[in-house]
Amino acid sequence: MKPSYGKVLATFARNSLVRDMTFRTNFILQCISSLGWTAMNVGFYLIIFQYTDTIGEGSGWDREKFFLFIATTWFINSLVQAFFMPNAEEFSEMIRTGGLDFALLKPIDTQFLISFRRMDWSALSNFFAGLLIAGVALFRLATRDVDPMIPSALSVILYLIFLACGVTIMYSLMICLSATSIWLGRNQTLYNFWFYITNFSRYPMEIYNRGWGAPLYGFFTFVIPVLLVVNVPARLIAKPIDPRTDQEWMFMGWALVATVLSVLASRWVFRKALLSYRSASS
Amino acid sequence: MSTAANSPTHSVPTHLTGTRQKLRTYGSILKTALGERLVYRGDFALGTLMRFLPIVTQVFLWFAVFDAIGNAEGEEAATIGGFGFREIVAYYLLTMIARAFSSMPGLASGIAREIREGEIKRYLIQPVDLIGLLLLTRIAHKLAFYAVAIAPFALVFFLCRDYFVDGWPPPYRMTAFIGTLLMGFMIGFFLEAAIGMIGFWFLEVSSLLFIYMLFSFFLSGHMFPLSLLPDSIETIVTFLPLKYLAYFPAAVFLGKIPDEDLPMEMAIEAAWLTFFIVVCRFAFNRGVRRYSGYGG
Repeated sequence: MKPSYGKVLATFARNSLVRDMTFRTNFILQCISSLGWTAMNVGFYLIIFQYTDTIGEGSGWDREKFFLFIATTWFINSLVQAFFMPNAEEFSEMIRTGGLDFALLKPIDTQFLISFRRMDWSALSNFFAGLLIAGVALFRLATRDVDPMIPSALSVILYLIFLACGVTIMYSLMICLSATSIWLGRNQTLYNFWFYITNFSRYPMEIYNRGWGAPLYGFFTFVIPVLLVVNVPARLIAKPIDPRTDQEWMFMGWALVATVLSVLASRWVFRKALLSYRSASS
Repeated sequence: MSTAANSPTHSVPTHLTGTRQKLRTYGSILKTALGERLVYRGDFALGTLMRFLPIVTQVFLWFAVFDAIGNAEGEEAATIGGFGFREIVAYYLLTMIARAFSSMPGLASGIAREIREGEIKRYLIQPVDLIGLLLLTRIAHKLAFYAVAIAPFALVFFLCRDYFVDGWPPPYRMTAFIGTLLMGFMIGFFLEAAIGMIGFWFLEVSSLLFIYMLFSFFLSGHMFPLSLLPDSIETIVTFLPLKYLAYFPAAVFLGKIPDEDLPMEMAIEAAWLTFFIVVCRFAFNRGVRRYSGYGG
């Protein structure tokens, strides 16, 4: 019998919500703390924009557009943190303790079970913070005197599609990283590494493309495509569709291809890792 | 470090042997903690190296910012808040050193946990002073950390030597820099220990601690040089003691504190340190009086 994946997913979501609501004060404090972190970042960028009009000479990332970029980063990171982060953490733990045995026995796709079991609803507070940032930035962008812009319906649709692509790429990367704990046993450093990698993705990619940054730029665009994750959707919403360079079209196409490839790669790494899993219990 | 209040059994030996014994106790505490730390040295060194990765992003971000303002490099390079592009990168590197001294992972939460779970009574009946014990353990942890971290730190600073446009500071400023690092360590310790002591009054301090960490990240200058803040806010923020945890040592090294102000600024830092020592002691003494332990 084929399990109903939709129903299982809904049950996971409900259980997690029930769990979060059991410790309500903790839930609220977590929301406040992630919002505090967001506020500090916004403060930091506001300070930068006190001194400069754009990030990078002639790059077009002025204050409103850059805040749209930040909002995009926040959407993607909050979704990843809400849905995948707790699971990836638990996955490494299950490998170490041998709890993975129980997951393997269940009559459902193991990668599905591992990826969606827990959800951290409090991380979604940053999603709303992202909505607020995007709302303010879009409003100011539409009403400003110099070079006002309202994104067209097409850009919004494309934005949503590529936002989903970005989340998928991040998910695949996370699964790959946590699957390596099957070989390494415990990988705390890898987790930190994950945060440092996403640290690269949160700025316009062209800032890296100079001097000794060029290899980084190439590596994180074409090998581990984390630079595309935020850049492609953010560019779609912050800049008009029409005058668009060949390079930008190329990156959009590559983002789609990279999404498919990274899902396939994560699936492959995950299976490969399961094959070399030896239970840790008894 | 008087232990008289907590150790009625320990008052018999003469003054001299008492001191020697105390030194021996502290010596072995130091050695145990040191050994404990060095177990994970490989993971440690790699982790330290990786902690520099976000600076790579900062280098490119700030280049882009300075590039948009004017010239990032060269004769007429732009400056903001008194910092040029290279100096800002040097600043971030130096705050890594400052944080290596002043950050106290797990100190406050550890104290609060021991109070909550009642483990603290173990120390109350032993002839040791809890704050002194914690300080020594922390010093040992830090020493072990430096022993391992010095290699990655040296590597990164060597690779980034071009960002230090003025080279090494003159000896007196170097001395002041080391002084601020050591005082930064002490301020970090007593400040966090004092926060942990709040656990005597409220059992759960984790949320409070988080708020402190959030503010400390922003207001210590870990995120950006404090002189970039708008003037009105900067006056208030530089009045707070949090700047000694990151901004101040880096600013001393880079010569951002005028020479004539340096002695006064150092004296103010020492005053803050004294203040936190007193607060921490006071909170501990009052807290122990409130504390009641049950069971065994």
